[in-house]
Amino acid sequence: MQRTVFRSWWLPYVLVFPQMAVTMIFFFWPALKSLQLSLYRVSPFGDSMTFVGLGNFTKLLADPEYYRSVVNSLVFAAGVTVLAVAGALVLAALATQKIRGLAAYRTLLLWPYGIAPPVAGIIFLFIFHPTYGVLPYFLSFVTAYEFNWLLKGWVALTLVIAATAWTHLGYNIAFFIAGLLAIPGAVMEAADVDGAGPVRRFRSIVFPLVSPITFYLVVLNMVFAFFESFGVIDAVTKGGPGDATMIMVYKLYKDGFIGLNLGSSGAQSVILMALVIGLTMLQFRFAEKKVTYR
Amino acid sequence: MPRTKTVWRSITGAVALSALVALAPSPASAKTEIQFWHAMTGQLGDATNELVRQFNESQSEYEVKPLRKGTYPETLTAAIAAYRQRQAPNIVQVFEAGTQTMMLSGAVHPVYQLFKEQEIAMDWKDFIAPVVGYYSKDGNLYSMPFNSSTPIFYYNKDVFQKAGLDPAKPPQTWKQVEEYSKKIIASGAAKCGFSTGWPSWTMVENMHAWHDQPFATRRNGFDGLDVQLLINKEFGVKHVSQLAAWQKDNVYSYGGRTGTADPKFVNGECAMYIQSSALIGGFTRGVKFAWGSGQLPHWGPPYAKATSIIGGATLWIMKGKPANENRGTAKFLKFISETNQQMWWHVTTGYLAISNSAVKNLEAGYHFKKNPDQWTAFAQLTRGKATANSQGLRLGNFVQIRDVIESELENIFAGKKTAKQGLDDAVAKSNDLLKEFAAANKQ
Repeated sequence: MQRTVFRSWWLPYVLVFPQMAVTMIFFFWPALKSLQLSLYRVSPFGDSMTFVGLGNFTKLLADPEYYRSVVNSLVFAAGVTVLAVAGALVLAALATQKIRGLAAYRTLLLWPYGIAPPVAGIIFLFIFHPTYGVLPYFLSFVTAYEFNWLLKGWVALTLVIAATAWTHLGYNIAFFIAGLLAIPGAVMEAADVDGAGPVRRFRSIVFPLVSPITFYLVVLNMVFAFFESFGVIDAVTKGGPGDATMIMVYKLYKDGFIGLNLGSSGAQSVILMALVIGLTMLQFRFAEKKVTYR
Repeated sequence: MPRTKTVWRSITGAVALSALVALAPSPASAKTEIQFWHAMTGQLGDATNELVRQFNESQSEYEVKPLRKGTYPETLTAAIAAYRQRQAPNIVQVFEAGTQTMMLSGAVHPVYQLFKEQEIAMDWKDFIAPVVGYYSKDGNLYSMPFNSSTPIFYYNKDVFQKAGLDPAKPPQTWKQVEEYSKKIIASGAAKCGFSTGWPSWTMVENMHAWHDQPFATRRNGFDGLDVQLLINKEFGVKHVSQLAAWQKDNVYSYGGRTGTADPKFVNGECAMYIQSSALIGGFTRGVKFAWGSGQLPHWGPPYAKATSIIGGATLWIMKGKPANENRGTAKFLKFISETNQQMWWHVTTGYLAISNSAVKNLEAGYHFKKNPDQWTAFAQLTRGKATANSQGLRLGNFVQIRDVIESELENIFAGKKTAKQGLDDAVAKSNDLLKEFAAANKQ
């Protein structure tokens, strides 16, 4: 790797400054403000702020509803990550064959990523809503079982996991296609000559060679599932039925912006940040060992 | 071919000239602007904008600027955020669940005070009692009633006809609702008996008031902040467990919170529906079948029949605005409460007319005879026997409490908890929220 040398001493700083400013203003400052808020009990209109120390945190950790939202988040994140990464790998493998119209298929596979999460949520609503959705209407001719996710929690959770995974498939597919195309054809042909079937080839050659990408995508999808899944949940289930789809980031929004309890919301965001940082560190420590870098 | 230098000169000249024109001071607008944030959409949003336009055209000193900020919770959140930035609007529409939050916030300019300061006369006694009672403290009105409604019972006359029921006679008791539903389902005229919108508002809050049962201690919260809910007592458990049982054979079909169950009635899936009287206007325009309305079903003895409670929203005035803007605000509020505007608003939207004079005028014009559905809501609110249990609710953190109740109702309807368990849990959580509110608002 070559080191870039700038002739003027100030140019590097000037070039880095805009990004640093954005990161400072839109990430660090709000995070610090949240940290501060989490230590206070704030009245909605901001006219009174009482210092309560770790009061908000202890209240959260004693609340069974909060633990349920943590469990929901973990289930949700696991579901989305597995579905989005595994699904993307399969689709990317299909999209690297020599078939007609490959460019068109690739474009169509990548398109859903451009859809904003709430829009994806609305699309899924129009397909799956028990009252006015298209699918329940057709399903009613096939089975009497009501997939009424307004009442059945597990159906609602499955629906939002599927919707969220669908929106992120495009991103993962793009990376996997690049990874698969980078595998030297000679290696694959040699394996073929040695009599390895497609499954063996995948297991011993393809999978290890794309493992850096897989690792990166698993980390990214997991973080995304914890933070950016808000849009789909808000558009589709709003945390319901009961609290079956109440994930941490949605509970944080509900308590803070609808319930106007900003102190608790701040505490929740601190815990969420700590949880995700912890999970990411764990992944880097353990999963990275299994990655074969070239 | 003009030389490049000349081309550049003319371009620069044109840009400079247009900049000058753009930056030229426009004649100072004489009108004082009043910012009005609301949550009305669709036909109701159009009606709101029209009402504002009528005010703006009736005088030349003030211009009210209406702005839809989103749903009721979103509008309230936006107003709070703006207030913290010292950029609050003059008027904000807040739903009834936010009343206690607004009243104790110290960020509002009570309406009665505004009128006193501006020395504009207002006949407070002319407003109908249930509306005034809900939004007053110590006999003084804090916010201006704007769009008040109450839940009523809608039914599909065509389906009744098909099932062999008399389309002119809606059910009066819950037993009749069950009977009619079973008949309708058996005849195949509809898939389900009835559904509801805003489940906590219609099936818990209003049912308690309608049957003269207390929703919470301390006169439903009017008398103090040390309140506890009473919805897990005998009546609450009886009604909710009956709904859960009915859910099993489609006599009742749960359709979600807020108004998401509306399609169930509109597309004929359910024969009967309990929702806000504010839907009358929309149904009149949009529903394809013959429909009618009736008062809410009642269980009958041993429960007395009181009145239902109002829903909807009122207009709150934010504190800290300059005197000339306050004057404009007061004039706008006076305008919308005048009899002519009240009558127009009621006829166009279906929301209740809130002054007795407006109601008298409407009666004199045979309005209610021609629109019996409008009378249903009105009679239910004002012609019953008002008691301490039916005047409304004043609870802090009520948005969250409603959420807790609806969440537990979903658990009950899904069969995950019995009615008693679910309501007990709802009460426990709500009491916590109420305690927190009391602690944060130690007066």
